[in-house]
Amino acid sequence: MLTWIRQNDNSLVCHVAEEAETNSVGRQIALVLNAGDVVGLIGDLGAGKTRFVKAVAQAWDVPEDEVNSPTFTLIQEYLGRVPIRHCDTYRLRSPEEFADLGLDELFASDGIALVEWADRVVEYLPRDRLEIRITIDSPTARTIEVLATGKRSRRILSQLAR
Amino acid sequence: MTPVRSGGLLPPTVFGIVCVPESTNKSAIHGRLKATKAFRGGWKPSLREAADAKQIVTTQPHPKQNFNVDTMESLVSKTIEPQTGKFLLAIESSCDETGAAVIDRDRRVLSSVVATQHELHERFGGVVPEIASRAHLERILPVIDEALRHANLRLADLNAIAVATHPGLVGSLLVGLTAAKTLALVLDIPLLSINHIEAHIYACRMAAGRDVFPAVGFVVSGGHSNLYDCVSPVEFQLLGSTTDDAAGEAFDKVAQILGLDYPGGPQIEVIARQGNPKAIHFPRTFLNDARLDFSFSGLKTAVLYAAKGTPGARAQPQPLTPKRIADLAASFQAAVIDIMIGKCDQALRRTGRNTLLVGGGVAANSLFRQRLIELASDRKIELIIAEREHCTDNAAMGALGWELWERGLASPLDLDVKPGLVRNRKPA
Repeated sequence: MLTWIRQNDNSLVCHVAEEAETNSVGRQIALVLNAGDVVGLIGDLGAGKTRFVKAVAQAWDVPEDEVNSPTFTLIQEYLGRVPIRHCDTYRLRSPEEFADLGLDELFASDGIALVEWADRVVEYLPRDRLEIRITIDSPTARTIEVLATGKRSRRILSQLAR
Repeated sequence: MTPVRSGGLLPPTVFGIVCVPESTNKSAIHGRLKATKAFRGGWKPSLREAADAKQIVTTQPHPKQNFNVDTMESLVSKTIEPQTGKFLLAIESSCDETGAAVIDRDRRVLSSVVATQHELHERFGGVVPEIASRAHLERILPVIDEALRHANLRLADLNAIAVATHPGLVGSLLVGLTAAKTLALVLDIPLLSINHIEAHIYACRMAAGRDVFPAVGFVVSGGHSNLYDCVSPVEFQLLGSTTDDAAGEAFDKVAQILGLDYPGGPQIEVIARQGNPKAIHFPRTFLNDARLDFSFSGLKTAVLYAAKGTPGARAQPQPLTPKRIADLAASFQAAVIDIMIGKCDQALRRTGRNTLLVGGGVAANSLFRQRLIELASDRKIELIIAEREHCTDNAAMGALGWELWERGLASPLDLDVKPGLVRNRKPA
């Protein structure tokens, strides 16, 4: 059973011991997301950002093996109950390059957008978004912090902590 | 068309790219926008409007570029011949390489020109989309012109245009597609839409110089690790692909972890020669699973932990001496190759095919090639690896266009790019 610890109005934190629990965190968060939401993922190489995107996509009925690292195309769209748009900014070295990917399409209101390495492109993300920070505690354990940056994302947070 | 692409991302049309000097001639720019609108809407402009476009070309040549305007002029004024000839122009711009090639009906490559952007991307440690599409804009027409010159042909001699439309970076693909559409429209010849990944496999057909289908096809590069059951040159069924990172991407990321240069593949191959491939045992994910998919993310993380230390562990990692780096590189490379060879073997057994076709940038890796040769001789199957110059992105593999054309599979002029990978999975 996952325990969310409320740090303040804008932040929840949860400790997971293994990858399966990261998946359930992803699923739980997926359930309180709606079309139009934007999720920024922050964490080191190997933290489990793509793993997390898979869990969210799966919860929206995207077959798990459709989700992979969008290295070649940088943005990938998966058709679940709503479109899930997955962007990996790893290869970009300047935020301006991110802006050239087609952000209106990425953040379109008909789908859910997930952006890996969100900390690299902060200035081009919508002001109101959900931020997920994954910290590696051990090869399997992670600390997952969920932050709200506005009204819309705070509502998501309150549903999550219920 | 999505609102995004009609915004900042949209490359100007072919005529605009080369011939309109920046911000000087308003009517030329207007003409460019008009032409763009027409193409995007799928509306076929009349020849008169194509002739208007010619005006832009002839009156405003770009001072810097060495593009043969005469060639362009002759193409518009030429009476259109019936499609009896035998020359295909293929265009490739899906990622960071701008390519054009002329291939004849016998699949002979008369010319293949590739302008690579490695020097532009090196300092960024990867492909940067905006740099890529801008560089494509600058290079595409000179590259096409060069390909024609090498083949000793004029535009008017061409009988079909093939272009990579998916998958790839949207801005980059659009540059190639717009050039291809324009030529197809003006020359009134068929436009053929190429799947970039399938073309990598088709490069094996070209290496063999004869029909090689049916076969198992494996494309392994910086963006893909796909296994196909290739029933025919135009019928590819996906057997498996990566569930996270592509093999070449793992090479690039590991190179970055080890402090090596971009692109990582060749660097790791060179350094691994000095290392012990058995120094560290890295995981071989899915190797013993029935599924034909790949996962290289865990391997990348294992290399990261081995190089930089395991998080939460008290033990310090071994210092990254040249010897240690070589061992890590060699052990990593051994793991990736074991996985790839294992999956090729499994795919051959599952499909019962007797031919294995391998293409893509990672197929240039010497150790991988050697292991493939061993696999082929063990299993007594035929192995065809694409030629090295066709392993990296190039337009010559657009010869696949001939297969489409011969089957009457031409595309309409409102053809669009499909940047994301379109999956067509064969049920297990």
